[in-house]
Amino acid sequence: MDSKTRDILEILENNARATPEEISALVDMPSKEVEDSIRHLEKVGIIRRYKTVIDWELAGEDYVYAIIELKVSLERRQGYDAIAERLYKFPEVRSVRLLSGEHDIVLTIRGKTMKQVAFFVAEKIATLEQVQSTSTHFVLKTYKEDGLILEEPEHAKRLPVSP
Amino acid sequence: MERMEDCRFVAEKVKNVPPSGIRRFFDLVSDNEEIISLGVGEPDYVSPWHIREACIHSLEHGETSYTSNSGLIELREEISRNYTRRQDLYYNPESEILVTSGVSEALDLAIRSIVDIGDEVIVTEPTYVAYIPSIVLAGGKAVPVPTTREDDFRVKAEEIEKRITARTKAIIINYPNNPTGAIMPRDELETIAKVAEKHDLVVITDEVYERLTYTGKHCSIAALDGMRERTIVLNGFSKAYSMTGFRLGYILAPEPLLNAMMRIHQYTMLCAPVTAQVGGIEALRNGESEVQAMVNEYNRRRRLIVKGFNNIGLDCFNPGGAFYAFPSIAATGLTSEQFAQRLLEEQKVVTIPGDVFGKAGTGFLRCAYAASREDIKEALERIEAFLNRL
Repeated sequence: MDSKTRDILEILENNARATPEEISALVDMPSKEVEDSIRHLEKVGIIRRYKTVIDWELAGEDYVYAIIELKVSLERRQGYDAIAERLYKFPEVRSVRLLSGEHDIVLTIRGKTMKQVAFFVAEKIATLEQVQSTSTHFVLKTYKEDGLILEEPEHAKRLPVSP
Repeated sequence: MERMEDCRFVAEKVKNVPPSGIRRFFDLVSDNEEIISLGVGEPDYVSPWHIREACIHSLEHGETSYTSNSGLIELREEISRNYTRRQDLYYNPESEILVTSGVSEALDLAIRSIVDIGDEVIVTEPTYVAYIPSIVLAGGKAVPVPTTREDDFRVKAEEIEKRITARTKAIIINYPNNPTGAIMPRDELETIAKVAEKHDLVVITDEVYERLTYTGKHCSIAALDGMRERTIVLNGFSKAYSMTGFRLGYILAPEPLLNAMMRIHQYTMLCAPVTAQVGGIEALRNGESEVQAMVNEYNRRRRLIVKGFNNIGLDCFNPGGAFYAFPSIAATGLTSEQFAQRLLEEQKVVTIPGDVFGKAGTGFLRCAYAASREDIKEALERIEAFLNRL
């Protein structure tokens, strides 16, 4: 990948709303070419989708997040991918990862209440044939998510004029 | 209050130092939330966390003493390795490197160690504001040589040669340049090197913006044939690692010159702050990826602001380094001072009038793009509105 394409991706990763005109100035490339490049990146799936990071708590909408560690057993002719697919199709499941180490799979789940999340795990996840055990951890506070610090960001305290 | 100039206790040599034009502008700026400042000559990043964390760790473990006058040997070794890696220049960490309290101290040492009363030092203009006062304080005479927009603010060897007299001792060069953002390619540096050799001059090269080079590769004049013995290299951590407040710089020079500077440093500064030195070691060992990320972002902002100025009708030279744009405002009919002052009053944008950096800066503005992209865009809109109302 050439450095300008990488630059475009980096700019969009930090601000999905950057327009082709803005990006054009930043990477020194005609905006038509930037547009074509983005369209291409979308088409081949390098850009998966554009997402907005929302502080739901600040918006007054309380969500409950939980991290669920799973131990699973593999069945004949079925690998981890098949189990993962059964898990990721639930809309309540926000992320699914295959791990090395003690547990096999870790999920993030979002629900409206602790009770709702607990019931979901008990009824939908723990009951799957391949799932041997589950271990549920409720999230108390998130400090950083996807590289974004959720506290007040720090700024350099500079004088307004300096040599 | 009595003026400093009228006070009978103040030394003449201090009275002779011209006041800083930047300082005067500073007094005009109030702490107003609406103000956007392109007047800040320092990075807008907080120092990378791994560097701060290393300093905190060292404080927790009681590293609070003096270091050797030259600075911690681990730091000098890292500096030496770093220059060898990037410039193909070797300086012995034991005898040819001195760690200082910022490049400001390094500059003062370099000048004081070579200038006798009445000696002349050639300075390129527009010039960083500290060079001429440092020369004056050392009892020397500053001889400005102008650089122009037509020459991309690169100093011409023949212009230097024209100003050489029997008293000329040294030339100070500063590329990438504050305030113009100009850089100096190797072939043009060679012409300067020839003049220095021919007239047996010292070259002081302030390379503090060296890592912030966007077009081509930075070349130190010390790396040119025959130049090492007559060159004093000044560099530091402020710009590359966003560590301005740590006050950490260094000097690379051949042993006799380094010893002369050390003679002054050991009595006037003793050593650079130890915590800053620990931060410097961490920066050089593990800071490369963050430097790269910051340089990439400055480069984007550079394109944004240069294109922006040219789009709104202010002719702007394409700077190859540092984080300054230096647009010409001559076409507006205002002086740099009037333009900057009215822009601040009417649109609340801080810029620095070019003539603060010497006569050759007349008709220009220094605009630091070490500011967020949002601020740069907003500043450009306000400057456009200002121009439309002229």
